[in-house]
Parts: sequence; structure tokens; C-alpha cells
Amino acid sequence: MTRFIILLSFFVLLVSACKKDPLEEEEPITPVTPTGSLKIEFDNMFDTLDLGLDTVNYILDNGDKIKVSIFKYYISNIKLTDSDGKEFAETESYHLIDESNPASQKFTITGVPIKNYTSITFMIGVDSARNVSGAQTGALSANNNMFWTWSTGYIFAKLEGISQQSTAPSNSVAFHIAGFKGANSALKIISPTFNGSTANVSSTVTPTIYIKCNLKEWFINPTTISLATTNNITTVSTTSKMIADNYADMFTIEHIHN
Amino acid sequence: MRLLFYSIVVVICCQFISCSVDPKIKPILPSNDIREIIPEGWPQPVYTFQDNQLSQDKFILGRELFYEEMFSKDNSISCGSCHQGFVAFANAEHRFSHGVDGSLGKRNAPALFNMNWNTSFMWDGGILHIENQPLGPIANPIEMHEDINNAITKLQASNKYKQLFTLAFGDDLINTQRILKAIAQFQGMLYSYNSKYDQYKRGEQDVSFSSQEQNGYLLFQQKCNSCHREPLFTNFEFKNNGLSIDPTIQDSGRAHITGDPLDKYKFKTPSLRNIALTTPYMHDGRFSNLDQVIEHYASGIVDNGTLDPNLSGGISLSAQDKADLKAFLLTLTDYTFINDDRFKDPN
Repeated sequence: MTRFIILLSFFVLLVSACKKDPLEEEEPITPVTPTGSLKIEFDNMFDTLDLGLDTVNYILDNGDKIKVSIFKYYISNIKLTDSDGKEFAETESYHLIDESNPASQKFTITGVPIKNYTSITFMIGVDSARNVSGAQTGALSANNNMFWTWSTGYIFAKLEGISQQSTAPSNSVAFHIAGFKGANSALKIISPTFNGSTANVSSTVTPTIYIKCNLKEWFINPTTISLATTNNITTVSTTSKMIADNYADMFTIEHIHN
Repeated sequence: MRLLFYSIVVVICCQFISCSVDPKIKPILPSNDIREIIPEGWPQPVYTFQDNQLSQDKFILGRELFYEEMFSKDNSISCGSCHQGFVAFANAEHRFSHGVDGSLGKRNAPALFNMNWNTSFMWDGGILHIENQPLGPIANPIEMHEDINNAITKLQASNKYKQLFTLAFGDDLINTQRILKAIAQFQGMLYSYNSKYDQYKRGEQDVSFSSQEQNGYLLFQQKCNSCHREPLFTNFEFKNNGLSIDPTIQDSGRAHITGDPLDKYKFKTPSLRNIALTTPYMHDGRFSNLDQVIEHYASGIVDNGTLDPNLSGGISLSAQDKADLKAFLLTLTDYTFINDDRFKDPN
């Protein structure tokens, strides 16, 4: 019997030797509001053409041509408004949409209260707080080539490519649009219209909002960009703000699938 | 009874074995003293480890990463290559540090200590958070010139790091955030507050200033303290301190970050703590000794448009004043800090 107890204690001690204090995670108290999910899918285009990387020379309105090699942007702080005017905000709402990574172009928001939603609002870029919050993870991780290492801040939207009109070495075009504060802030909060449609979240239906992103808008409206004179933007300036002002209307709701 | 004794011995041995890690992998710290420090009379630090809870394992990982050469493109240099503990983590006797591929920097590697009080990082203040600071020198082509993703791939191939990350974070995932949090623990723990000046201010027994040091301290308070403000000996602001423009470098300083012409040739005020160790001096390391530095402020000030108004016309100092001021500056050396085994390369 003694031997048994000793053996037993031996095993108990061995097993517990490395165990940390059992700080049991308590179950969060969840509200009883029934929730469902909602999908958002981005479709990057050049006008009516599906965007392709390193293939097509797209022709701008002023005749300049550009072959696109990189196209990525942050969508953050997504909010949905239901038919009663009540707002739902996604938590940790940071998404990096990358043309080279199809998986990044669609995502599902869970925990969405079961309602009919009539509008969406989101930010193009990353809010100022997260720009200065230290090491982040996921979409905001600093290893996504969207974080400046020499002057703190996220690149909100990045467009790179080649244009015969560009006077830069190797005819390169590089628009790295950033700036989270001050007069040249590139942060844009936009609400592309649902055109009367609704996204009806229910326990059985996960609606999908298809959002078209028209890259051509970077170069027009309100300011027409000539690639001969504006081809490399890698700092925060009036020029980077000008591009952000241009691309603020690049998103339109294509349709909503319920 | 004998059986009980042996059982206890076996249990104790098993406990040791089941928890112990190869000491080469997890070096035992000379001291378990990994905790936040706010010396008496100092302001609240900017960075408080609030979202990066200090632990011995994270500190040890951060120290390994600080001395890890895999963060450079050709595995030749680490943070510690240009930030050497014996000179308060400045780069000893280097105006400019050597990067990979024979490259040379264009600014003098700053000393590292009391980092948690910094409101921004680098001479131009371009980096706004201690955790993100290492990304700058890692990516910079004239420094380590490495892609952080490449560095992660290299770390992932190392059994040592699999173990160190597991000890620090609970599993062997190696990502940017974990790397940066761990290095921030090491950099944040570099507290320097035990110079003769500190001991004198604390009224410690057998510590007194000579009359020359005392006079130098008074001069310092009258003529230097507005920028090199006690107790951190910097106000963390950006100033043009009257250096002539080096035409071979043309470093616009703070203006490179803000784009504001009024910020041209301004650099962050460096702390004067450990100043005797951190030669050469100024953002471009143009002065090799403290006499030259003091003489610059006395007679070498150049106004190139954005000069700090306090320095207009220079600081009036007699020969005796200069000697006294220097004597005071020598009291700012913290030998406890530079000899602290916790901060040394464990390999």
C-alpha cells in the first residue's frame, strides 16, 4: 500500500511538474442576440476588364499605358447598418486585399446580428491608432510589405507596374499610398451604395456582398495623373493624398447575393 | 523508509529532467531580475510592457535575437554588432557602422538605454514605437538589408529558436510580432540609472562631487539642461545644433520624415548619459572627443537657417568652464550598466 501511494504521488508530481497554474479561461457571457454570417468578396478590375497581373497593358483615359505587377490595399473598420438604422461593427476589422492572392479577396464576417442590412461603411487604409500600436499580427503584421520600416506607418494601398510613359528607371511605376495624420492623410472612409438592395443575414442564409474595385480610378477624378510626371510615390505628400482622393471612389457594390 | 527516500530522490530528479532545458539552449540568467524599473523622480515611461508582459523567457529570447546575425542578408551582422554593450550599446569608435556588402551607414549608431522613455526612435524620429524599431535597420540596404520573411525562414530552421520561442510563447510559431515583442523586452530592459551622478542625486553614502564636478553640474544646469534635460538628459525633441552641413552626406534629418523645410538638419537630442563611452559624437560622428563637442557649442555654431535659437551665437564658456563641464559629463557613466551580465551576448 505504501509503495502504491509513493508510486502514485510520484506520477502525480511528474505529471504536474511542468504544468502552469491552472488559470481556467472562463466562458464569456454571450448575449442571446441571434447571429449569422456575411461574406464580402472583392473583384479587382480595370473598368470592365478583370484585372490581371503582369499581362495586359491597360490604357488610361489620357492614353498612358500601364502593366500592373502589384495591387493590394487595406480594408478596415467595416460597419454595417441595418434597416432600423442600427450599426454593427466587425471586431478586429483589418483585411489586406491582394490581387496576387485570391484567398485574400473574400472573407466572412461572423457574429453578425440577424438583420437586413442596407448599407456598408469601411476605411481604405488602417486607422491611426493601429499605425502606432506596436507589433501587430495577421493582416497588420509588419511582414506583408505594407509597413514602412523607416517612417512608421502602413501603406494603405500599393500599386506597382511598368509604363512606357514612366520616366523612372526601368519605366517603373510605384504608388505607395500612406499617411495617417495631418493635412496629407490618405485615410478614406467610404460607403458605396447598395442601390436599394439589402444583405439579409439569417440563420440559414449567409449573404455575399460583391464589391468591384476599379483600379483606373487611381488615375482620374478629380485629378488626371500623367505617368510621365507622376510615377513613383513612396512618401506622404500632397501627391500621395491626391492619389487617395482619386481612388476614394474606386469601390462600387456589384451586387448582393442573398 | 529507504524506499521512501529513494522515491523522493527519483521524483526530484524526474522533476528536474522533465522541466530542464539544455543550458546551451536556455542560458540561466545571472539574475532573475527581469522587471520594469522606474527610478525615483523619473517621469512615467512611454512604453510600459503593458501589451508585452515581461518574462525571463521572452527577455532571453529577445537577447538571443538582438545578437542574432541571421537578421542580416549574409548572416554577418546582428543588432549587437553595431550596438556594443561595453560602450553603452553604441558602436565603439565608428563614425559610421558597417552594413552588409561593404556598405557604410550615414549616421552614427546611437547608444541604447532607457529606451522606454523614447517618444520616437532613430536620429530622425521616423519610427514611432519601440516594438517596430528593429524593422528599420533589418530592412535598410546600408545596414542589415534583410527581408524579415527571409529572416523568419532562417530562424524556423533552427532548433534553438524552436525551443526558445516555445519557452517564451508556448509554441514554436515564429512570426514578426513575436520577434518584435521579444526584442522590445531586451531593449526595454536596458535601464541605465547607476552613474555617479545618480548615486550623488540619491544621496548615497560616500558619493560626492568634487568642486569641479559640482561647478560643471551648475554650468550644465544653466547652459545645457533645456535640451539635455534631467534625469534622462534629453527632451526627445528635434533640434538643429549648429553643425555645418556635410556636403558629402547632405542629411536633411527630421525633414526626411516630416517633409517640412523647417525641420531641415534637425536631429533628435541624444541623451548625455554614458557620454564618455559613446565616442564619436553627433549624428554623423564628426567629433571624436568631448573637448571637440564642448568647443563646438562654445565657438563652432553655424546657422544654416533652422538653428535652435538657444544656440544662436554659441554658449559662452571659459576655459575653466569647459574643463568643469567635461568633469561633470564624466560622472554620467554607468559602469553597473555596461558590466551587467544580463545584457551580454550569451553565446
